[in-house]
Amino acid sequence: MKLDTSGLESTAPHFGTSCELFSGFSAAPSFDLPVTTDFDGFQKESIQMVKPAKGTTTLAFIFKEGVIVAADSRASMGGYISSQSVKKIIEINPYMLGTMAGGAADCQFWHRNLGIKCRLHELANKRRISVTGASKLLANILYSYRGMGLSVGTMIAGWDETGPGLYYVDSEGGRLKGTRFSVGSGSPYAYGVLDSGYLISYNTCIRYKYDLSVEEAAELAKRSIYHATFRDGASGGVASVYHVGPNGWKKLSGDDVGELYYQYNPVSTSTVEQEMAESSST
Amino acid sequence: MECVFGLVGNGFAILVADTSAVHSILVHKSNEDKIMVLDSHKLIAASGEPGDRVQFTEFIQKNVALYQFRNGIPLTTAAAANFTRGELATALRKSPYMVNILLAGYDKETGPSLYYIDYIASLHKVDKGAFGYGSYFSLSMMDRHFHSGMSVEEAVDLVDKCIMEIRSRLVVAPPNFVIKIVDKDGAREYAWRESVKETTVS
Repeated sequence: MKLDTSGLESTAPHFGTSCELFSGFSAAPSFDLPVTTDFDGFQKESIQMVKPAKGTTTLAFIFKEGVIVAADSRASMGGYISSQSVKKIIEINPYMLGTMAGGAADCQFWHRNLGIKCRLHELANKRRISVTGASKLLANILYSYRGMGLSVGTMIAGWDETGPGLYYVDSEGGRLKGTRFSVGSGSPYAYGVLDSGYLISYNTCIRYKYDLSVEEAAELAKRSIYHATFRDGASGGVASVYHVGPNGWKKLSGDDVGELYYQYNPVSTSTVEQEMAESSST
Repeated sequence: MECVFGLVGNGFAILVADTSAVHSILVHKSNEDKIMVLDSHKLIAASGEPGDRVQFTEFIQKNVALYQFRNGIPLTTAAAANFTRGELATALRKSPYMVNILLAGYDKETGPSLYYIDYIASLHKVDKGAFGYGSYFSLSMMDRHFHSGMSVEEAVDLVDKCIMEIRSRLVVAPPNFVIKIVDKDGAREYAWRESVKETTVS
């Protein structure tokens, strides 16, 4: 089945009746239609099939010195890895960050849109918008589009007049205030490391707690992302870590998780147990 | 999974709700307050889709406040319940709010009351009611142990019994609950029943 779009052409091209050269082009422009009876279902399915950045690991948590935000950088379309260098932490303004999970375009577009709205608020009111307000702005937009196919799972993290703020917002219209969130397919793995902490030295285990230093918090975030990328096939690339303090956000690190593996599991030179010897046979 | 229930006692009404924010197998938050103080003498506990729950209860709260500003008289609990039902009913044939509601209030004339409103906009005045998976346990327990004119102590005892039953018998039991009370002195938080603590910040 083909869709005939010749009616849309103002001047339909007329070529010679028997011109071999143009035989491929002489037909009115058209394209193939999918062979299906349920076109709506097909459309929905095909959109789902090529929706990038579904598999993701992102996390954010509040601690003594502000908020830490971290994410991986892989974009996948089904089994295909379409990019290993995606910026999943979106800089809304110098004091606020958003994370990206779900549809890449949806997240990118609505975060940019939120950035515009935040700037306008700043110009109108001569003060920066609160994290509470910004997250609600986004949540209300997403809520008004619910059930229309948007796919967004994001955290809005920042610093406002009340101190650090962190909200989880999704395309089902949900909005949660909290101190610690992880979003994406790798989030269970990330939560596992984030909740139970990690080994600093041989036997001092620090759990996720409020009074961490920036360095400790960043390391905990990096480790959580690393372990999530290790187990979740849809997460990978580089683990980037941001910190938001009273003076705005700062990127702390961006490490290839492949290299982190060797950092966390140093290659030790093991003693050779058995040497390959020349065969003594003649 | 979601557990919301409540009952009417002697001069007060009590509402209980779980405090878990769940997404498939993940618990995103275990201290989400699902009982909103509607106005000075009204409580509204809602269960259902998180987006709808927040949007709808806030919408009702703002409109009840607007009525009070315009007319100088607060809505009675019955009026607020009927208003809520009406909004759910009009939305039902357009884009339904997937929320079930327990509305408790105290009026000078009529005393405490509890209204049961589900997402298909049916309204019942009840003296005990429940929603969600927890309702299978809490409804029968309240049927067995409830009597009219319960004191606050008795009611809290019964509510605690329900919470313990849910925690021990329900596979997908939420860890934490919040209890709120409304009586002649107004609507207020009564207590939290927590078995998992979130790291508390500010």
